[in-house]
Amino acid sequence: MILCEGLTVSFGERAVLDRFSLQIPDRGVTALSGPSGCGKTTLLRVLAGLERPCGGAVYLSPRETAILFQDDRLLPWRTVEQHLTDVLPRERWGEVPALLALAELEGEGKTMPAALSGGMGRRLALARCLALDAKLYLLDEPFAGVDLPRALRILERLRALPAPVLLVSHEPDILAHADAVIELDGPPLVRISP
Amino acid sequence: MGSPDISPSRLPLQRGGVCSQIGKNLLYALPAPAFWLGVWQVCAFLVDRRLEGRGNELLLPYPATVWSVLTGLAGTGEFWAAVCSSLGRIALGLVCGLGLGALLAVLTCASRWADRLLSPAIRVVRAAPVASFILLVLLWTGRNNVPAVIAAMMVVPVVWDNLSRGIQAVDKKLLELGRACRFPRIKIVNLIYLPSLRPYILTALTTAAGLAWKSGVAAEVLCLPEPSLGQRIYYTKYYLDIPELFAWTAVTVALSLILERLLRLALARWGRGWAA
Repeated sequence: MILCEGLTVSFGERAVLDRFSLQIPDRGVTALSGPSGCGKTTLLRVLAGLERPCGGAVYLSPRETAILFQDDRLLPWRTVEQHLTDVLPRERWGEVPALLALAELEGEGKTMPAALSGGMGRRLALARCLALDAKLYLLDEPFAGVDLPRALRILERLRALPAPVLLVSHEPDILAHADAVIELDGPPLVRISP
Repeated sequence: MGSPDISPSRLPLQRGGVCSQIGKNLLYALPAPAFWLGVWQVCAFLVDRRLEGRGNELLLPYPATVWSVLTGLAGTGEFWAAVCSSLGRIALGLVCGLGLGALLAVLTCASRWADRLLSPAIRVVRAAPVASFILLVLLWTGRNNVPAVIAAMMVVPVVWDNLSRGIQAVDKKLLELGRACRFPRIKIVNLIYLPSLRPYILTALTTAAGLAWKSGVAAEVLCLPEPSLGQRIYYTKYYLDIPELFAWTAVTVALSLILERLLRLALARWGRGWAA
């Protein structure tokens, strides 16, 4: 799946992406890795349609992607379950237990975000992202604060999703279990991959 | 899952718990009013001693005198007619002011042109003396409409100011999340804007309720709509009936506090819907 070609993104004088192209496998988990500030998050945001590139082409519309932000962005006034029903159409509310199971949040449906630990909040944000119907899931550090055995179990479930997952991670064990890894060295990112 | 234990042996305990909670609440709530009543009593006594019983009621009546006047008034039809009329007029003004203030806040936050056009006018209304508006509105409309119009005019800038600040303070990251989750606009309003605005709405409501009462009753004193609290307050000045002035003032304060409390309860009930 070709995601973008010739993508250029600058913030003022600083070029973050410079004629960047990216192709990933049609299924499974592709991990993006690289030093802080090299443009990984910017790339995900551009692919999700949240930043406008100065040049180049993105081949998915924003409605075909779902993004998990680097921060959880939970709504303090909504329960765990409501975070999922808010993004699911009513006819798909039956999928809530499966999503909670995927994120290992069974039994937490009525819990408010303030009562969740950091790792649980992260998993809820992940479940909410996966509740969206998408052709590509963009996950920015989905396992921050999640213990490694649990992260690896969830990663296995992500690999079985019908749509490809592009995730950012610095964790060597996560990278080792991804289907493909793209090492980025920037800025600016000029690499054509894979 | 077992059914809750509602056996008779359990009920007195629960009732006892509720009673002790009420007792605790009273223990916290009563000392301050009791202290100020005591201060009032002492001051009235000192005035009484200084005047040696010759007309202290003109300056500072005893709390008991005011209470006796108040209970006497409460037994008359005129009292309730005045209370209900003023309550109706001022509540109408308050509701209109809340609606208009909220609408203006949305408009000025959504459009820079609307902000440039409307903000100066709202600031002028906020800064202008209420007496000028009362006299102008009295000339433009009938005297019965003045309290509602004035209450609304005084409420609009407060609501506009609070809600504008609230709208600008809504977390941009949550709004971005709403876009990323493909929420329709109405859902963004319900799930993100309204819950985020809750503290601003509460401040706007409580401030506006007090202001509506003050300005509305001031307008009634100047325009004398019939029947009204303001008209009765005006007559107390006319006849130098200071205990009755105190009694009507106490009624006004009580109504203002009750209205504020009702608005708070309504907001709390409405807020529960965001997590339901």
